[in-house]
Amino acid sequence: MMNRSLASKLSGVMLLAASAIVAAQQPATPPSQTPAQTSVELRLTGEPGTPPRLAVPDLLALSSDRETQDAARAISEVLFADLDFEREFALIPRDTYKSIPAAGSIDAVPFDRWRELGADGVIIGTVQKTPSGVRVEMRLYNVRARQSAYGREYTGSAANPRIYAHTMADELHLSQRQVRGVARTKLTFISDRNREAVMATVEKRDVKEVFVADYDGANQRRITINRTMNLYPSWSPDGRAIVYTSYRSGVPDVLISNIYAGTMESPTKGVGQNWLPVFSPDGSRLAFTTSRDGNSEIYVMNRDGSNLNRLTNSPAIDTTPTWSPTGTQIAFTSDRRGQPQIFVINPDGTGLRQISFESYADRPTWSPAPYNEIAFAARTGPGYDIKILGIASGETRQITFGEGSNESPAWSPNGRHLAFMSTRAGRSQIFTVDRDGRNVRQVTKDGNNQTPNWSQ
Amino acid sequence: MNRRAYSLMVMAILLSVVVGACSKKVPPVARPMPPPAPVSTAPPPPPPPPTPVSEPVPVAMPPMPVEDTIGSKSLDDLNRDSPLQPLFFDLDSSDVNASGQVVLQANAAVMKKYPAWQVTIEGHCDERGTAEYNLALGERRALAARTYMVSLGIPADKVKIVSYGKEFPFDAGHDDAAWGRNRRAHFVITAK
Repeated sequence: MMNRSLASKLSGVMLLAASAIVAAQQPATPPSQTPAQTSVELRLTGEPGTPPRLAVPDLLALSSDRETQDAARAISEVLFADLDFEREFALIPRDTYKSIPAAGSIDAVPFDRWRELGADGVIIGTVQKTPSGVRVEMRLYNVRARQSAYGREYTGSAANPRIYAHTMADELHLSQRQVRGVARTKLTFISDRNREAVMATVEKRDVKEVFVADYDGANQRRITINRTMNLYPSWSPDGRAIVYTSYRSGVPDVLISNIYAGTMESPTKGVGQNWLPVFSPDGSRLAFTTSRDGNSEIYVMNRDGSNLNRLTNSPAIDTTPTWSPTGTQIAFTSDRRGQPQIFVINPDGTGLRQISFESYADRPTWSPAPYNEIAFAARTGPGYDIKILGIASGETRQITFGEGSNESPAWSPNGRHLAFMSTRAGRSQIFTVDRDGRNVRQVTKDGNNQTPNWSQ
Repeated sequence: MNRRAYSLMVMAILLSVVVGACSKKVPPVARPMPPPAPVSTAPPPPPPPPTPVSEPVPVAMPPMPVEDTIGSKSLDDLNRDSPLQPLFFDLDSSDVNASGQVVLQANAAVMKKYPAWQVTIEGHCDERGTAEYNLALGERRALAARTYMVSLGIPADKVKIVSYGKEFPFDAGHDDAAWGRNRRAHFVITAK
């Protein structure tokens, strides 16, 4: 059965993608799911000590039209990439099983051929056109046991087939590996790709607008259209708002864009110059930098601007706050002892302590639980590299090594990855990297792209 | 030349142009043009022989109308060739150094001549600092320049500040010279 409101939601998301104007839309909800026929759910395992070896052949298109054929291939390609991203499965390259005949149906799987290939699991699925969209069915088969280990069926719009792959990937990671995947998360960042000039300046300055994209760089779209400089976008915990620094009024100020409702909030009510806002983990408060009392200090306020509370009081620069996952501490950058270093303070202004001892450190970003780490940018030469500091251990490790200058790290919600900006591709671009420094992927290509932040 | 004949000729030409313009699709018809009225002009007199160049004599110049030139310019023209000069900073520093003080003294002198001007001092940084810290550093640079201007007698409400960190470099290069040009406080006249 087709869910009408869901179809309009999904097509609404695509409308949003095509338009710079943010209209009242629902967020990109996953497609509805009904349990597949199988009720057996088995955990897939690999050889002892190694991740399960997994094959993801093209889904079977049950309709002969082009859209269904394209969706079948796109879903399997995206699913492969999503599963590869978390490194919880060993993905067998897709070109090595081109010769294995497609399953005649979702129940007729040539297990011997997959066993021959060394696969522990294979994902077989179908895509069928329906009067109002598509029905996508996917099953993870345990090749040795010759039975289905996990199955799901989705119905919804055919407009963005990637969402079926993302949803399946997140469910497989959770059910098979107890890992919260990031396939349905998004990045926000700023870009000057539109090459529009800031108005009322003599020399040409390109506007920088807020953009969002899927975690893998797909579906990039513009969120702000104020034709000025916007910086440091940061998600609200519910993913429905982005708070950022905007020069819309001529000076930096905190703005909140409710990206699906199409509304905006100005919590500072135009008082002072305010920048680098970040939501508290529960979404009720904002920490930010302001010079309203003479020089840059860290403040906290409620989302509506009430209950303003000053945390730092120093003639030095205090800036770039980040919340601990429980909201009970804030890390920030200060040059009160010379060069910029990372400090930690309680939201009531007590308990100040320095935690970094680099030549220059900035942009702390506190990892989500269960990790208790702070990633930051450290001066390592002419440029910067991303380092990670364990709060409990006090030990620091480096995860980029001088390939370009690397700044502005931001954790993925599961703490397994970081987004950052790097000049390694010639211009400033957004990349993602795993917490161990492996798996570097370029997310953006058009124009200059800066200061990423990863949605929950 | 006969005035009437001349105006008739002009009218005829205009008419033909108008007719031509109004009937683009009609093939052009060859129309006998009235012959040009006979013109009787004397041949131009031969150019005068070149006179020997005399030694230039210094002339007492009237005072340069500097104020009028500046005062009459549009804001864009003013800022394109600004009488208010930028000052430059040392690496990681927001101190107004000796040459910066000279620049600010000159800028203050200009601003005192134009008390109606509103000025914004933009603080800028080079790419060697981080983006986030540079936003605060640029703010501190602009503030240092503003504080010095105020100490020279410029009313505080005439000078606003804003920081752009390292987001809008003036020189896209990646060497000492470029970095030196980008560590600056830049004056923009916003009202006059």
